[in-house]
Amino acid sequence: MRLLFGSCFTLLIAAALGLGATWFTLTRGVAFGSLTIGAWTAWPKSGSVDIDPYARASIARSGELPTGTGDGVAFYAHTDDQGNNFDGRCSFTISGMTPAARYWTVTLYDPEGRLVANTIDRHGFTSEEIVRDSEGRFAITVAPLARPGNWLPTGGIEKFVLVWRLYDTPIGVATRTTKEGPMPAIVRKGC
Amino acid sequence: MVRALLWVLAAILLGGIVHLSTVLAMPQAAKQDAYSRLVPLTPVNAMVPVTTPTADTAIMPFMDPAFAQAVCRYDLTGGSLKLLAPVSQAYTSVTFYTRKSVAYYAINDRAAGRRTIELDLMTPEQHAEVPEEEDVTAADRLIIESPGTMGLIVLRALAPEPGLMPMVRGALAAATCSIQPVQ
Repeated sequence: MRLLFGSCFTLLIAAALGLGATWFTLTRGVAFGSLTIGAWTAWPKSGSVDIDPYARASIARSGELPTGTGDGVAFYAHTDDQGNNFDGRCSFTISGMTPAARYWTVTLYDPEGRLVANTIDRHGFTSEEIVRDSEGRFAITVAPLARPGNWLPTGGIEKFVLVWRLYDTPIGVATRTTKEGPMPAIVRKGC
Repeated sequence: MVRALLWVLAAILLGGIVHLSTVLAMPQAAKQDAYSRLVPLTPVNAMVPVTTPTADTAIMPFMDPAFAQAVCRYDLTGGSLKLLAPVSQAYTSVTFYTRKSVAYYAINDRAAGRRTIELDLMTPEQHAEVPEEEDVTAADRLIIESPGTMGLIVLRALAPEPGLMPMVRGALAAATCSIQPVQ
């Protein structure tokens, strides 16, 4: 009797623990070999055959195609530099330097990777279309309501994700320090 | 007490096994991976444009809306594949994915170094059958080995400004992928 109870208990806990851990790691996007610069994190190995089993599983589940290593590298941000979550009802500014790359794009998605509907049909910027000052610097304002300059609308959604993609860049698996890859700073300006 | 602890230990161990096996089985079990999403939209061994994502519709999550894309869903059973892609004005890249969405090779226009990206895709067995002298004479012939017979070739071309998108899509429309009959 005790044996039966014990084994049932063990199997139940094992199933809950195992499946729970799988669900947790796949929804949170756990993968090894990440490269974090400020608020931005990339997984350069996910674009090659060296992709780890966690990233493999998470890509199969979500249905996305990762950026290939010979193509570029994608940096994801879910919070600003202070760790405040990206809330579409607040405004954030992105400014500063970008690592060497022939082109870059920045795109705003909801947490599931869909573009967010907005009145001006803008979902991001490319390095070519962004408005810069006389010294070549740029600032992007991510906000629910219209702003002058480079305005990236949030559509007022509760949570959003920013993806910074660098194309034809030396940044990748071998990059270690933030000196090699200065990524733009993200600061919350108010809610 | 010791006995209860042993049960808990067994549960944790078993849980670990369940976790690892489900993670490893996920790519096989996934029904909505990129390849499956593209099956109803793309023919086999032909390059077809893929609609740029909008807020309402997107074939895959996290697609870059600044890029025009075309996909060739390939099957090398009938022979090797030839890919011809004209390079667009700004930036063009080709990425090869396995049936399970692993990017095994990617090249951009600058690395390809010509006005057209020209590649031969074959399985390791088909590569082994290529006559050696042919391999040498065609030194600039780029041969890619596909780990499996099936997979995806994704062609991406950047529209630096939204207004340039129709032009970029036009350039991509000239890209082809076709099976080379076995000699």
